[in-house]
Amino acid sequence: MTDPNTLSPLDLETPEKPFLDANELVINMGPQHPATHGVLRVILRLDGEKVLGLECVIGYLHRGVEKIAENRTYTMFNPYVDRMDYVAAVSNGLGYCEAVEKLLSVEAPPRAQYIRVILTELNRIASHQLWLGTHALDIGAITPLFYTFRDREEILKIFEKYCGARLTTHAFRIGGLQYEAYDGFEKDVKNFLLFFAPKIDEYEELLTTNRIWLERTKKVGIISGKDCIALGVTGPVLRASGVKWDIRKAQPYANYKNFDFEIPTGQNGDTYDRYLVRMAEMRQSLRIIQQAVDGIPEGPIIAKVPKVIKPPVGEIYHSIEAPKGELGYFIVSDGSTQPYRVRVRPPSFVNLQALDVMCRGQLVADVIAVIGTLDIVLGEVDR
Amino acid sequence: MHAFIQYIQSYLDSNQTPGAAGNVFWAFIYILLVFVGLSVAVIAMNWLERKILAHMQVRLGPMRVGPHGLLQPIADALKLLIKEDIMPAEADGFVFWVAPFIVVLAAFTVFVVVPFGPTHAITDMNIGILFMLGVSSLSVLGIVMAGWASNSHYPLIGALRSSAQMVSYEVAMGLAVVSAILMTSLNEQGTGTLSMIGIVQAQQTQGMWFIFKFFPLGLIAFFIFAVAMIAETNRAPFDLPEAESELTAGFHTEYSGFRWSLFFLAEYSAMIAVSSIAVTLWLGGWLRPFPNFLTGPTWDLVFSLFPGFTFLFLAGMCFYSTARMPKHPLFRIQTMGLAGFGAALALIGLVLFHPQVRLRIEDIYWFCAKVAAFMYLYIWYRGTFPRYRFDQLMKVGWKILLPMGLGVLILTATVGLWPLIKQTIWHP
Repeated sequence: MTDPNTLSPLDLETPEKPFLDANELVINMGPQHPATHGVLRVILRLDGEKVLGLECVIGYLHRGVEKIAENRTYTMFNPYVDRMDYVAAVSNGLGYCEAVEKLLSVEAPPRAQYIRVILTELNRIASHQLWLGTHALDIGAITPLFYTFRDREEILKIFEKYCGARLTTHAFRIGGLQYEAYDGFEKDVKNFLLFFAPKIDEYEELLTTNRIWLERTKKVGIISGKDCIALGVTGPVLRASGVKWDIRKAQPYANYKNFDFEIPTGQNGDTYDRYLVRMAEMRQSLRIIQQAVDGIPEGPIIAKVPKVIKPPVGEIYHSIEAPKGELGYFIVSDGSTQPYRVRVRPPSFVNLQALDVMCRGQLVADVIAVIGTLDIVLGEVDR
Repeated sequence: MHAFIQYIQSYLDSNQTPGAAGNVFWAFIYILLVFVGLSVAVIAMNWLERKILAHMQVRLGPMRVGPHGLLQPIADALKLLIKEDIMPAEADGFVFWVAPFIVVLAAFTVFVVVPFGPTHAITDMNIGILFMLGVSSLSVLGIVMAGWASNSHYPLIGALRSSAQMVSYEVAMGLAVVSAILMTSLNEQGTGTLSMIGIVQAQQTQGMWFIFKFFPLGLIAFFIFAVAMIAETNRAPFDLPEAESELTAGFHTEYSGFRWSLFFLAEYSAMIAVSSIAVTLWLGGWLRPFPNFLTGPTWDLVFSLFPGFTFLFLAGMCFYSTARMPKHPLFRIQTMGLAGFGAALALIGLVLFHPQVRLRIEDIYWFCAKVAAFMYLYIWYRGTFPRYRFDQLMKVGWKILLPMGLGVLILTATVGLWPLIKQTIWHP
């Protein structure tokens, strides 16, 4: 993860240390550690409690998803992408399906587009809820975790009713939807909107003005917009640094141009701003869902795609705004039923590069806060 | 037998603690009672913390072992006792072995001077509060030893954090305590006291709990102590030494089984100990609420009925839950157990209504009730607050609480000595 070319604009050189410095303590955090969100291993070099530098060791959850793709047909690979970012499986599926659709030059029918948007935004909320709960838990506030899980359950219930699965949903098919929306889908979603809007206030009540929360998150893990761009960091982390970049607006996909919503941004690029940005994003997601559910058109749910998907020879890169940042799929087709190569650009993997920049000079407790605020999912980092 | 009863009666009518009277037999009985009571309190606290925290967090908490998980702490204790005793290969054996005992010893020894009532203490030392602060701060030694002997990184950092934290908060705590002690000397003779019983008696004679004395000075001193005591016992939001998300388990990462349970026991008894200091110093110890406003035999009677009604209320809750238990035969034993538990509580409640018992138990009841309120606060904080970072914790201790404590101390002294100052120095 230390490619000198990408890191050159930043000062990532370790400070000169005298040989055999007795003050330095090397701590191995993870891969089994309560706060590394899975099997991330962080090697910390500490001076007392101060972090002199750190290195991420990844790969403990590597399953070779990209290689598997080369031995499966396009349709068969679809469920595998759900297993990458398993807390935002719908987004993964959307990205993959849209990439293949682009390769096939088909477009999903409007009804499918609308339902896709609803499910994806619901999944964004679910992902942010999980982030909020675990992030607050890492910082020591236990209670928000249970509040967010209680409310996340309502989203998962909608998913379960829609496709039978709660987490790895496999909700979409290439060309449209896997299933027609069940009876009462709109009503369930509208009920959820009514139910969830006050719940965000409830989370904010516990944290936003909490003195300890402010002290723990303000001026912690600061990263500038320039550094974010240099490291390829995307998503809420980038937006909290003041860069107004959201692929839903910048390169609209899946009907997003029809919806009215704002891109929340922060100024300071610290943990607190990232918290505020994600909280605002949940509200914006509610707005999008409201518009989408009010305007679901009737019609077919899947475009006319052949039973055996055989895209023409070519390559495609398609990216979407996943809850954690830019999720891109680069697919090379050799004209057969199986992709020649699938390369995933996972937001967590790229965002994780910023950990060292954000943590250097901070304290051990801040490393935990920063890992939490980056919102990484190790299934996606390692694939 | 008759002589024995007379012996008991003669003791009950005396107005001295067994330690002060030099009565070894009664002192032994008291030690036994306090030890058993404390263990029961820790077990109850374990269950209550899990239940209350669970209900704050929209969960149910333990529900399986016994009705409403009532037997869960016992099951846990049993599990811990029969666990394999693991000592890390690189650990310093003796220090590793002795550390939990030091912590437990420090946590339990302080109860020697805790006054549950005017005569209900093991002994009444004339340096009671000093003894308590001194002995309870010994536990930091055990924690450092535990962290060091484990010979592992996380425990070492946890121990360092813990020692720094406990030492720095002791300063603010001490200042708050001194301002309370100053208040005891505000009588005609100007004789203050460090004795725990004496402090409560001073509040009795001055007709005011020290938390309301020189409002808001007493309140501020109490606040400083209340913050410092949470830091002192390493509880949320100051639970950095055992910050689970950062240091896995802090200084006791390498401990398991019985040794770990000793740390657990020590933590909870330390919580009870510091709460009893706070109750003694600021909340009037064993004194019942409103001893000045609601006076007269009627109010005395009403307040002395509280212990019995508390137990009856708990029994009522048990019976209510019994009625709500599932009617399935699988739950029969649990239902019967809960009903039996309720019946036992009701029986205790009825016994507490007997005048002989009622009047003797009243002091202990009010003391325990006040301590229980603190215990609830501990749980509440844990459910509400995120955790401080280490430097912020130090900042709060040294830059906020310490100046506040000094200010309160000086102001208390000035206000307390105001009549004297007026007489001697200040002639307007």
